[in-house]
Amino acid sequence: MTCLPLQAARAVCRRSAMLATVAALSFAAPMAFAQSEDSITIGYAVSKSGPNAGGSDMTVTPNYELWVQEVNAAGGLKLPDGSQKMIEVIAYDDRSSAEEVVRAVERLATQDEVDFILPPWGTGFNLAVAPLMAKFGYPHLAGAAVTDKAPDFVKRWDTSFWFMGGSADYVDALTEILVAQREAGTINDRIAMISVADGFGIDLVKAARPAFEAAGFEIGYDKTFPPETSDFATILGEAGSAEADTFVAFSYPPHTFALTKQAKVAGFNPPVFYLGVGAGFPVYPNIAGGSVEGVMSLGGIDPDNSLNAAYRAKHEEVIGRAPDYWGSVLVYASLQMLGQSIERVGLDKAAVAKELSTGTFATVLGEETRLEDNQLRAINWVGQWQNGQFIAVSPDGGDGMAAVKLPKPDWQ
Amino acid sequence: MLEHIVNGLVLGGTYALVAMGLTIQYGIARIMNLSFGDTIIAACFATYLLFTTLNVGPLLALLVIVPAGYFLSLGVYRVIMKPLVDRAPDAGALEVDSILVTFGLLFVIQGVLLTVFGGGYTSYSFLNQPLSVLGTAVAVNRLLALALSLGIGAILVVVLYRSHWGMILRAVAVAPQSAPLFGIDTDRAARTAFAVGGALAATGGVVLSMFQTFTATGGVVFTMKALIVVILGGKGSVPGAIIAGLLLGLVETFVAAYVDPGLTLAAVYTVFLALLLVRPNGLFGKA
Repeated sequence: MTCLPLQAARAVCRRSAMLATVAALSFAAPMAFAQSEDSITIGYAVSKSGPNAGGSDMTVTPNYELWVQEVNAAGGLKLPDGSQKMIEVIAYDDRSSAEEVVRAVERLATQDEVDFILPPWGTGFNLAVAPLMAKFGYPHLAGAAVTDKAPDFVKRWDTSFWFMGGSADYVDALTEILVAQREAGTINDRIAMISVADGFGIDLVKAARPAFEAAGFEIGYDKTFPPETSDFATILGEAGSAEADTFVAFSYPPHTFALTKQAKVAGFNPPVFYLGVGAGFPVYPNIAGGSVEGVMSLGGIDPDNSLNAAYRAKHEEVIGRAPDYWGSVLVYASLQMLGQSIERVGLDKAAVAKELSTGTFATVLGEETRLEDNQLRAINWVGQWQNGQFIAVSPDGGDGMAAVKLPKPDWQ
Repeated sequence: MLEHIVNGLVLGGTYALVAMGLTIQYGIARIMNLSFGDTIIAACFATYLLFTTLNVGPLLALLVIVPAGYFLSLGVYRVIMKPLVDRAPDAGALEVDSILVTFGLLFVIQGVLLTVFGGGYTSYSFLNQPLSVLGTAVAVNRLLALALSLGIGAILVVVLYRSHWGMILRAVAVAPQSAPLFGIDTDRAARTAFAVGGALAATGGVVLSMFQTFTATGGVVFTMKALIVVILGGKGSVPGAIIAGLLLGLVETFVAAYVDPGLTLAAVYTVFLALLLVRPNGLFGKA
């Protein structure tokens, strides 16, 4: 709720807050509720409005929709006795509010009594619903949540599963590349780093500072910026005068896009140009207005992986646009694992959780996907735009990854 | 130093452009329009649609979207605001009523945009080329925002202070009760002012969409920024909105450059507070 910076408006604000609550209640009406014995009900609360809508709409919701559609088109979810049941969906809008998402999940568990609950988008929201999911015994497939605490969380909530790794994983993979490039003489030992003063940026930069310094890098410029920042002319100017060959920004999509545009305008082109969320969106080259060759970020895909290529084609066909190059495929894989667990052990939630924890699954990530300590570890940590695709990279390539190509070529 | 001034003015130009419409709606029509930012977002999406599907450039799109903003706002005033104006016993009551009704309108616009365009991030590239201004590379699209806000501001000032029509608008702004005694049709003046504000919001939306990423639900950010600029400049004052907008742009840029980019928001609110302590009615506001 935003309130007016006016003394006189204080009373009004209180009334507006009340209105917002009324609006919230009406917004939370279920979008579909037809429950029957012949179907499996799956519920979820995602941000369809508010500041998190952009992220949900990219990485989470389309994959839920795609998976449900595919399963139902094939006659429904298979059960151990060979029968099939169609999926019925109950979806709520959490309006990007943490209280709302908790309320919605509670409602799904106690009132709608759905068979399974799919998680919301974002680290904070997944943490917000994790205790509830555990309390009601639902397997919690945290698809779009980056956290270093996953090893602790799986102990605290043993039906929780984490599919996106932690900040340290992403930072360490990047550091490895930077060290190799420094040894090859491509870059110097200075880094300019900025981060958004919000969940993702704070987590990543906290992991990055010690990792970069331990690897012998000097962070010449290290600043955070508020999420509302829309103009990066000054920040990039200052970062540019830090004499660093590596520029790292842990940013959200609006900043990622603005940083790219501003870097082109200012002719800012360091050998390593690494950005946060958004650089792995398929629309990114379009938004940047031309070639983004060499830009690095989190995620990346193996272009020779036919399973992944088939998934991307299907996503485009059903949803009408391509999935992102980072979290989408992980979220989708988590759903496939849920489906296969149900096929093996039925609708018992505890049995499904156990199967998820110990089983081996055929997913878009590979024929033999399995979790380690309830966490997915086979993740691509660093990606780079190469020839119009955002590809997973490592210092020398191999193992489904390409060799990183640095220095980044000029903006065109 | 010079580059920070240039960058600050360019950033401030955007703020000023966004705030001018709101200050006119608030100052003259006395409607505190909380759906102002969503009008801007609607214009952003309209520009995006014209650009990506019909290949109509944003500059050409101004010719369509600005009149559309004018007439849609005119419609909104006639249908939604007029009954409130007729009913309100005094200006304070109208302000409260208009806040409530435009708060609802905000959700309607947002809902329509969400249904049509979805909740994703939208952005495109247009005129994102560097132009050297006093040795600083500035994006042409941002420079355009500054030029437009100064240009439109100048035109508005001339019209408001040098024309008969402008005098009528100012009379309504200063003394809405007394203006009818001089044969002024206050309803018509308020209606026109509200529509002009809508046209300015549309202009802001078209220009902003060229360099800023927008989402269907991001309107409130623009409303807040515009509100700060309006209150800082003095409600209803076009020169106030321009100067306050440029001031905020400069403050943000200098704080980002010399103090810390993380403190830009804090600095903006500090300036806001400090100025209101000294001048409670804003820079150009009248008590």
